[in-house]
Amino acid sequence: MGTAPASRDVTSYGMGLAAPLALFFLVFFVAPLLQLLWLSLHNDTAGLHWGLGQYLHFLTDPFSLSVLGSTLLLGAEVTAVCLVLGFPIAWLYQRVGPRLQTIIILIVLLPLLTSVVVRTFAWIVILGRQGIINATLQSLGIVDTPLKLLYTQFGVVIALAQVQMPLMTLPLITALGRIDPNLDDASCSLGAGSWRTFFRIVLPLSLPGVIAGCTLTYAAAITAFITQSLIGGGQMLFMPMYLYQQASTLQNWPFASAISIIFLLAVLAVVSVFTTLGRMSRGYGGA
Amino acid sequence: MADTPGGRSLVVDAVTHRYHSGALAVENINLDIKGGEIIALLGPSGCGKTTLLRIIAGFIAQTQGRIIIGDHIVDALPPNRRAVGIVFQNYALFPHLSISENVGYGLAARGVDKASRQREAQRLLELVQLPAMAERLPRQLSGGQQQRVALARALAIKPSTLLLDEPFAALDKNLRLDMQIEVKRLQRVSGITTLIVTHDQEEALSMADRVAVLSHGKLEQFGSPSDVYDRPQTLFVNTFVGSSNRMPGVVVSADRTAAKVRLDAGAEIIARPAGGTLTEGGRVTVCIRPEHLQFVGDETGFAGVVGMSLPLGATVVHEVTTADGSGVKISQARIGETRALESGAAVRLAPLAPSLANAFPATL
Ligand SMILES: Nc1ncnc2c1ncn2[C@@H]1O[C@H](COP(=O)(O)OP(=O)(O)O)[C@@H](O)[C@H]1O
Ligand SMILES: [Mg+2]
Repeated sequence: MGTAPASRDVTSYGMGLAAPLALFFLVFFVAPLLQLLWLSLHNDTAGLHWGLGQYLHFLTDPFSLSVLGSTLLLGAEVTAVCLVLGFPIAWLYQRVGPRLQTIIILIVLLPLLTSVVVRTFAWIVILGRQGIINATLQSLGIVDTPLKLLYTQFGVVIALAQVQMPLMTLPLITALGRIDPNLDDASCSLGAGSWRTFFRIVLPLSLPGVIAGCTLTYAAAITAFITQSLIGGGQMLFMPMYLYQQASTLQNWPFASAISIIFLLAVLAVVSVFTTLGRMSRGYGGA
Repeated sequence: MADTPGGRSLVVDAVTHRYHSGALAVENINLDIKGGEIIALLGPSGCGKTTLLRIIAGFIAQTQGRIIIGDHIVDALPPNRRAVGIVFQNYALFPHLSISENVGYGLAARGVDKASRQREAQRLLELVQLPAMAERLPRQLSGGQQQRVALARALAIKPSTLLLDEPFAALDKNLRLDMQIEVKRLQRVSGITTLIVTHDQEEALSMADRVAVLSHGKLEQFGSPSDVYDRPQTLFVNTFVGSSNRMPGVVVSADRTAAKVRLDAGAEIIARPAGGTLTEGGRVTVCIRPEHLQFVGDETGFAGVVGMSLPLGATVVHEVTTADGSGVKISQARIGETRALESGAAVRLAPLAPSLANAFPATL
């Protein structure tokens, strides 16, 4: 008969093609994670006695909890700064000519083109006691003694915000670009002013981009080991450095593992709040 | 100015617009539209229709000229204070707001409370025959329904002028006819001065009280549908509105009402001088619509050879090649059994009446 040979189910190709990456993940991500979990379930550094002691220690230790809390707070602050500064840039991008758009994109991407270490040292030069900001303020006679900017929460937030800014701006530019410009005009012709148009139309419709940007910025900010440590200095301790000290300096691998797992869960919780919000806002999107 | 209760007059006074890129999109347009009139802005794509519409709405500040709505020069007013309703080609409904909220949006901007807003939205949705759709989101509606919502939303602010940019272009043919009737009905009920932008000449002729024909940013003619169709003032209008045969020729003699033209196709015919005076011996282009040509038996008219015949439902179109080698179309009503015309048959053609042949001075 004239029937063609039964074609293979298309999904079977997909599985085959995904295998290399799946294997990679299994070996270099899932396996270490399981090992981490296994380690964290031991009460002694030698790893001989099973138990939940490490977790109990962390969760009952005010110091550990304060490190976790300040790290999560740091992420929230950096995300807020990025959102407040990034939104106008993305908004501007959609309203200027192509030449200015290229310039804006270049400025947004520039941080990604230099190493984090270099950028962080640049911030040390800017924020230091004899740094650019203090030198300027003093020469203008605005302050007598140099302000303490470096090794402060403020300094860390500002430096991290600059470092992570592209992660916020790029999703925002994409989201705002997807909004039909006629909607602006429609709102305006119906009698709405710019603020009403912004809050009733532009902001709600850009929500998917806001959520994506916040998720990325948040995750990047709380795990930014280099910037946190160099700008924060010795006085401020955040989870990545805490972890590093326990593992590397104190060789307390089970406790370090428990910290990792707790940090991971905390981050997952925050990110899943973001994605839930994102899924709810997807009701918008479309046409 | 004549203002009917619903709509105010709209005057486009010597408006010219040049974009920053240097493109001259609209050039010295003058339109004097009475309150309550329905006007079609007709022209091919890129002729400046949308630009003119956006100038009237206030989204573009024209380079020169004035827009006068009612008794007010509105050039200094931003779009949100012009009380001009717009229906966009892609409807531009707010995708995250319900149909009811979309329709009530303009009222919310005016500070109307929620209950009154909902009541008014419901009234308008009934007017556009979508009473049961209030709680849906725009994407849950079909194209025609979205269009009705866009119309209801624009009408909610009780605009003095309604602007529609190619409103029916995205609809299929039957739906388009329904919506054309619907818009015309709503316009009659509300008496709102309405400007419809279109590149579809049938739409313009069937819907509008008057038609403004644009080409390359210039106003070619502004008149009633029958003026535009039967008494075109320019060669462009004659060929763009309806179809037309263009036959070159030379003026033998001419006065203000009639011209004798010797066609290159080989006959002398009487034509109506259109769009400017004709000089003896000057070259002209004579436009004759296919339905205004007839087969003649005697030696009058010009000779030709039948090529193809296309039966198009109610009419049959014959393609005839004339002596100078150009092609001419003639359409005949299909009454009973039309005379079968063999391909290759020799025929003679002439216009039905002198007033149905328009002679335009040939431009080089
Ligand atoms: N924003 C713009 N910048 C520069 N040129 C434009 C712009 N919008 C339209 N034009 C030009 O102006 C002319 C008229 O455009 P438009 O008003 O959109 O025509 P239509 O609506 O009749 O198709 C076109 O030649 C177009 O290329
Ligand atoms: Mg257009």
